[in-house]
Amino acid sequence: MGVLFDNLGAFGEGLRTTAALTLASYLVALLVGTLVAAMRVSPIAPLRWLGTLWTEVLRNVPLTVLFFVFFFGFTKIGVSYVPFISAVIVLGCYTSAFVAEAIRSGINSVAPGQAEAARALGLTFAQVIVTIVLPQALRTVVAPLGSLFVALIKNTSIAFTIAVVELTRVVKELASVTGEAIPLYLGAAVFYLLLTLPSSAAIGVIERKVAIRR
Amino acid sequence: MRKRLLLALLCVATVLASCGSNDEPSGGATGTTGKTPATFPAGSTMDAIQKKGKIVIGTKFDQPLFGLKALSGQPEGFDVEIAKLVATAIFGSNLSGKTEFVETPSSVREQSIIDGKVDLVAATYTINDARKEKVGFAGPYYVAGQSILVKKDNTTITGLDSLSGKKVCTVLGSTPLKTLQTRAPAADLSILFDTYSKCVEALKDGRVEAVSTDNVILLGFIKDNPGLFKLVGEAFTVEPYGIGVKKDDLAFRTFVNDTLEKAYTDGTWAKIFEKEVGKATEIPTPAPPPIDRY
Repeated sequence: MGVLFDNLGAFGEGLRTTAALTLASYLVALLVGTLVAAMRVSPIAPLRWLGTLWTEVLRNVPLTVLFFVFFFGFTKIGVSYVPFISAVIVLGCYTSAFVAEAIRSGINSVAPGQAEAARALGLTFAQVIVTIVLPQALRTVVAPLGSLFVALIKNTSIAFTIAVVELTRVVKELASVTGEAIPLYLGAAVFYLLLTLPSSAAIGVIERKVAIRR
Repeated sequence: MRKRLLLALLCVATVLASCGSNDEPSGGATGTTGKTPATFPAGSTMDAIQKKGKIVIGTKFDQPLFGLKALSGQPEGFDVEIAKLVATAIFGSNLSGKTEFVETPSSVREQSIIDGKVDLVAATYTINDARKEKVGFAGPYYVAGQSILVKKDNTTITGLDSLSGKKVCTVLGSTPLKTLQTRAPAADLSILFDTYSKCVEALKDGRVEAVSTDNVILLGFIKDNPGLFKLVGEAFTVEPYGIGVKKDDLAFRTFVNDTLEKAYTDGTWAKIFEKEVGKATEIPTPAPPPIDRY
């Protein structure tokens, strides 16, 4: 166990990167995901198609492949970012596909009469979505959005494949230097739990706070 | 209908089978001995191999330039040709059907020799004391070592000493990484990946300035990307490649050593190196390493 305490500094560094990566990616995912969900229910067909394409492509390609294609492939066409920014973009876009689906299911749960009444009052599509449908839709999908946040924390561990020095990468390196893989990986599990368990608890609190009694 | 399908399948099977059994040697720079096979003392390994009618050679099937199974199904490379030298010394220059190559990845090399699954192993096999406990080594026939790969137009990196502050890529948790950390402590090792091919991509994209690992791996990348990369500086670790044989078979080991030495002096070794490694990578042929008869 000594190897764990000797390297707490490195662990802390990795933990910080993992947390930053998660928060930044989740922000991207929420913004993009909401937009894509709105596109998928919009009255304009090409927007719907684009939204469907975005969701299906990102949802159905493994994350490791997305990382590789974005980090090494897009460079060839002039899109090149440092590892951390690349990881935020990839994780954000990947998670946005799931966020969009969650929000779309929330939108479908809002009674059609609500949108129809808003339309009858003369609100535009954007106004209907932003002021009437989304506030209700988002409240019903707090739990799935929370699950996506927890999944995202764990997905950040794949960012080591594009040289982001996050928690998993720190552990891999320490394990190869010290040869004591088991205590180090157990330590990593504890550190991930330190991130995921409070997140789950916080999501529970938020869900109870905003829940709609129907 | 059913019968016709069966017939078609049979045809395909026959074609495939005839492909697989194609055992012709790939030409190569063989022929250190004459047409007629030599005779060996009864009971020796050479005699046993000759009587058996073929020599079983363990090599790698996935190491470009050294041991790589080509699309034709025949393994080719420097290790393969070195092993064929031994085969030629036993059977004479006509090796048709007399060699059998068995894929021998790093993890099974000792065991394959101990179990007698192969007569010898030539598979980028580094000679070291731990392995000498289990098997015998003829050679070395080549000295590999950790080296540095850069883009062809790079003039700032000239070797281990000029890596300070430069982004150098290698594989996470590898021995080459440890070597870099101790031998080039000022190098920037922040970009590390899980495979070398990613390092090479990063080098192409200019994300890193150098890639460092065993020169044999780097040579493979030079071959795959003609005109793009070069090796700089001297190799800074020493990995002598030997031919693995049974531990106590001193007669066979001596025979292989004699064969290698003969190839050194008559120029066959240099010819093989030039053909298998030098041509594709544009690196000069080194002097053959002295045989270590321990």
